[in-house]
Amino acid sequence: MKGSDGIPVRVRFTKLGKVRFVSHRDVARAFERAFRIEQLPMAFTLGFSPRPKVSFGLALGTGHESLTEYLDLELAESVEIDELPARLSAALPEGIDVSGACELADRAVSLQEAVDTVELQLRLVDLDSATLKGVIERALAAESLPITTTRKGRNVVEDLRPAFRSLVVHVDDDGAPVVHTEVNTRPRGLRPADLLLKLRELADRELGAGEDRVLRTHQWIERDGARLEPLEADRATRNATPLRVTSKGLTDDRRDNSGGQDLRPDFTDVEHADADFAAAESTAARRIA
Amino acid sequence: MREQMTDLWPRIEPLLAKVEKPARYIGMERGSQRPTHRPEQVSWLLVYPDTYEIGLPNQGLQVLYEILNERDDAAAERAYAPWIDLEAQLRANSIPLFSVDTHRPAGAFDVLAFNLSAELVYTNLLSCIDLAGVPVRSEERGPDDPIVIAGGHCAFNPEPLADFVDALVMGDGEEAVGEITEVLAAWKRGGRKNREAVLRDLASVPGVYVPAMYDVEYDGQWLRAITPKHPDVPAVVDKRTVADLGEWPYPKHQLVPLVEVVHDRLNVEIFRGCTRGCRFCQAGMITRPVRERPWEQVRTMVRDGLQRSGYDEVALTSLSSADFSGIDGLVADLVNNQEGTGCVGLSLPSLRVDAFTVGLASQIQKVRRTGLTFAPEAGSWRLRQVINKLITEADLYSAVEGAYEQGWRRVKLYFLTGLPTEMDEDTLGIAELGRNVVEIGRRYNKSASCTVSLGGFVPKPHTPFQWFGQNGVEELKRKVFMLKDALPKKSGVQMRWHDPEATFVEGIASRGDRRIGRVIERVWRDGGTFQEWGEHFNFALWMDAMAAEGLDPDWYVTRHRTADEVLPWDHISAGLHKDFLWQDWQSALAEHGLPDCRWTPCYDCGVCTDYALEHVVASAVAPAGGSQGTGQDLSFGAEVPVTLRPRGERSELAGAATGPTHSRKHSAAEGVRQ
Ligand code: B12
Ligand code: SF4
Repeated sequence: MKGSDGIPVRVRFTKLGKVRFVSHRDVARAFERAFRIEQLPMAFTLGFSPRPKVSFGLALGTGHESLTEYLDLELAESVEIDELPARLSAALPEGIDVSGACELADRAVSLQEAVDTVELQLRLVDLDSATLKGVIERALAAESLPITTTRKGRNVVEDLRPAFRSLVVHVDDDGAPVVHTEVNTRPRGLRPADLLLKLRELADRELGAGEDRVLRTHQWIERDGARLEPLEADRATRNATPLRVTSKGLTDDRRDNSGGQDLRPDFTDVEHADADFAAAESTAARRIA
Repeated sequence: MREQMTDLWPRIEPLLAKVEKPARYIGMERGSQRPTHRPEQVSWLLVYPDTYEIGLPNQGLQVLYEILNERDDAAAERAYAPWIDLEAQLRANSIPLFSVDTHRPAGAFDVLAFNLSAELVYTNLLSCIDLAGVPVRSEERGPDDPIVIAGGHCAFNPEPLADFVDALVMGDGEEAVGEITEVLAAWKRGGRKNREAVLRDLASVPGVYVPAMYDVEYDGQWLRAITPKHPDVPAVVDKRTVADLGEWPYPKHQLVPLVEVVHDRLNVEIFRGCTRGCRFCQAGMITRPVRERPWEQVRTMVRDGLQRSGYDEVALTSLSSADFSGIDGLVADLVNNQEGTGCVGLSLPSLRVDAFTVGLASQIQKVRRTGLTFAPEAGSWRLRQVINKLITEADLYSAVEGAYEQGWRRVKLYFLTGLPTEMDEDTLGIAELGRNVVEIGRRYNKSASCTVSLGGFVPKPHTPFQWFGQNGVEELKRKVFMLKDALPKKSGVQMRWHDPEATFVEGIASRGDRRIGRVIERVWRDGGTFQEWGEHFNFALWMDAMAAEGLDPDWYVTRHRTADEVLPWDHISAGLHKDFLWQDWQSALAEHGLPDCRWTPCYDCGVCTDYALEHVVASAVAPAGGSQGTGQDLSFGAEVPVTLRPRGERSELAGAATGPTHSRKHSAAEGVRQ
């Protein structure tokens, strides 16, 4: 979003509970209305039909949940950035909570280009953890994992194998197995639905009456070998305000990312990962309830 | 057993991943409510029997939703007809119709209340009742079943739905829903015992029609009489009318859907009722008299509504928005005083055809001038006199010229075909108007275009045309294709038309009697739902059902009715005297127009005089530049047999009306004076 006098801002938000069924595009419209409700003036494009300058990050499939969605936009006037999360959350539907916001550095790369990996949690109904462990071992051992999928209305065969960096299964507090995976966004994003299909294919178990669930837990930008959370990655340095606890209790930094050390979660360290995901999950559970 | 008020969400949720546009079923709109249901309250489920995208914008149900939820003794939620994919899933999993607000089973509510906006939704009404787990026929319902109520414009001929709906509300619902709630609350306190007794109590609420309380007598094919079974049941059910719209500033929190809907903007109803007197228009006839909302209230509702909803567009709705007293000032005010909210668009549906209107539109659409719509309705001046839509060609051409001149590139013209006395030259007149409009447009813009949209005319109850025999399918098709041939591609006029078969079926339901209920039930049982949707409409199902019930479609649709015939809705009154309607029908045949009684003397149609109502208008002078019955600019075409009489009180008002104030026109008194 170059070449204008607006103030670029990035916000992070959740998409949890019933609102998961709202499409990416309709979430965008809800944000536009939220800015108007809160009388936060957005910068508009010029021309015959002015549009607010908003750009969304990687699309999240309709029906999927997320703890970390992002959007960039330009405000026409400066506002108290610290107040943005609470104000926007109040004007957005339940389940969309803005958990952080920052003023964006000039010339920050767009979200779509900047985000390198995302972490996902998958819950496959009716598959126990022993079955899933077996499936995952085979998936990791395979040289390629071809899947027939549709892109722009055409059937294409794609290989899922290069897309994921890690794939492990854990058991949550209720004893239900959860697949954790970190996937690359390039050269082509992996569609969680495709991965679910593949895992089911490997398990030889079709989806029955229930529903497989997807939760996006993190998005990462990699820079100089370090992994950065998108708000931190491109925060404007001038009058930077550290983000604290936000409206509905999600803290900005669930991970200690001071010092720019490698934050890649170590999936061999089950303890760590579980604690982290348990926190995320209990938030999700609270929202859904 | 009564369904318990349980949350069905855990069972619905996994199904939503498998259906189109699942967000239609989650509720959670800004403005929506999640009432807790206390046992002493009457719980209403307000149902729009079509998809969410069409039903959510319905203002009638939104108004009632708020009014009911503000009451201590009531709680209201909403439901919409689930699309075919979800309906199949629900049936396969034995899950009933549910409310979108708290996902409770429909059968657990005390009332299932339907809005009836169009006849072709009738089969959906049955599928919703059935999906709620409630017997579709009233007579089969027990004390544990909800009471099924319906309202909205189509309720004015309740007979086709008489077997399925327990009670229908005529006219404005604002006050009636409260009175119904009180009757039902008493019934609940008494242990919901006798269904028959509560229906009888409902029948004595003004404006409420309970079909089961009436006997229908036939004489062979002919309807002989519809008479009350008990002395306390009214012989004629009169409509309800809120005297002053200013007392009902609803909806205050218009629902803001999370998915895109057909009419996705803030609506502020600026007046109710219309006395232009277009003879084909049921909405105008049944909503008399005119009740304007006070200026100040309109402004407040626009300001607050935009602020609460986050919408960037507002529609000022009514049946003829340019007729609102001081509309130009209001529009200027709204366009020029936009506090903080960015670019706000304004739209005025149902505009007149004249230069004034174009002036208004250009005030509003400062930038995006793509398309403008006018509705001359008929192709010749003669026929426009018959239907009392007194637009001259000069009006139309000057409006269109103004539009193209000011930068619009596309003009859309709405017409009806199959109107009374229509001859081929009238129909072909549409082609001529279209071609001339394109020619005017090309003077200003080489790519100027014009679209002609053609609907088949369906005579509606409580209008002067209620006696007219509708054109059959073949005749309508002939006219459509004749017009199509007259408008080849090179004419620059594009033509769209409504399916004549759908028009025919609408005709069956529009003026049908109680026997048509069995046809509706058959069509529904044979899978004929979503008949408003072109891809699902099935003409053969309707014809087969008519045949199976031994009913002659032409007798219902294409037959002219006679003056002495008992009409199926004779026991329902919109306040219009039957002899006034007959007189107006005769004037139509004589090609005589009738003026707008808002600005000219009352001709005693019956509404104000019988109901002690009056027009509520800020200014009793006709709007500047407006024709269509106001007697202005009508020199073109032929002499207009509209007489305007000066009136003392009127000119006083006119003199005082420098700024629009909220005053009333005492038409009842004038009616007597005439
Ligand atoms: C906004 C609007 C729309 C919107 C929203 C429609 C909707 N789903 O409700 C959109 C753009 C989608 C639309 C579409 C169409 N519309 Co439209 N629309 C209007 C408009 C301008 C305003 C309606 C309104 O808000 N009225 C105000 C509310 C408060 O009144 P109400 O709905 O009648 O409700 C009151 C009572 O009827 C009653 N009530 C209603 N329901 C119930 C239920 C119960 C249980 C009870 C007790 C009482 C009750 O209480 C309410 C409060 O008093 C009207 C013109 C007008 N001013 O009426 C045309 C109008 C209703 N539309 C009309 C038409 C023809 C259509 C279309 C068929 C157009 C087309 N060819 O596609 C479609 C049909 C879609 C459909 N299936 O409904 C005609 C109807 C003609 C008729 N039946 O005689 C009208 C009258 C305009 C006209 N003169 O031609 N429309
Ligand atoms: S009673 Fe008179 S003033 Fe009232 S609507 Fe009828 S004609 Fe008009």
